[in-house]
Amino acid sequence: MNAGRSSQASHVKHRMSVERRSERELVVTRTVDAPPHIVFEAWTKAELFQRWWVPKSFGLDLLSCELDVRVGGTYRLVFRHPSAPEPMAFHGRYLDVTPPSRLVWTNEEAGGDGQVTTVTFEASAGQTHLVIHDLYPSKEALDEAMSSGSTNWNDETFDQLDEFLASA
Amino acid sequence: MVQYAARLDASFAALSDATRRGVLEQLACAESSITDLADKFRMTLTGMKKHVAVLERVGLVTTEKVGRVRTCKLGLRRLEEEVMWIERYRQLWDARFDELDKVVEELKRKERANERRKK
Repeated sequence: MNAGRSSQASHVKHRMSVERRSERELVVTRTVDAPPHIVFEAWTKAELFQRWWVPKSFGLDLLSCELDVRVGGTYRLVFRHPSAPEPMAFHGRYLDVTPPSRLVWTNEEAGGDGQVTTVTFEASAGQTHLVIHDLYPSKEALDEAMSSGSTNWNDETFDQLDEFLASA
Repeated sequence: MVQYAARLDASFAALSDATRRGVLEQLACAESSITDLADKFRMTLTGMKKHVAVLERVGLVTTEKVGRVRTCKLGLRRLEEEVMWIERYRQLWDARFDELDKVVEELKRKERANERRKK
């Protein structure tokens, strides 16, 4: 998988790569068919971000989405899943906001042991090459995140999905 | 999944050594300490530590230190779990990007319309 090969016609689905790059890092790359200022907007305006970050096809219902996109600002997304009695939340704080090229935030739903997410928006021939880099505080934290959401997808898909999303 | 393939390659490389295959067979019967494994395979502790480290790196073996003893056991499950998790994670991002593409298309259309209006 090479996300750098992005010279396909725009109707062709862009290549994506997902890999565990090291003991503490998860990296997702993808090319999006628009310049960085547009893609950056979709990541930083709540009314746009909420349309894609919590996909409906995953059976999730977004209840609220608040983004205060500035250094030190917080974000909070509350969502519900049919199998979970209580709504759940992703939340954290922005560490770096550099339009239209870089976003860094913390993930605090798991307490203080969450990963730090760095997203870079790189211009490439009218398109944007996105790199989403999650750095976990330790190998154990990433191992734990990976083992919490992966067992018995068939039997308990929905319960596991909730755990998975809480850790993702 | 290139990463998965790369890990399989590393796993096969780890399995290319007769001693390491023997260690896996041994661990399939029972957990062992590195000292026990070194004795069983008539090898120095340092040599056995290296073999176990290779197996551990690719997830075929996990080790845990309790007191002074490092116990080794089979770690196949760990690798499967990781592959499953990555696959699920990939599906999540695939779904996200599908929706992101739609949002971005809309923004592009709006921007083009605005530019035309300015002219």
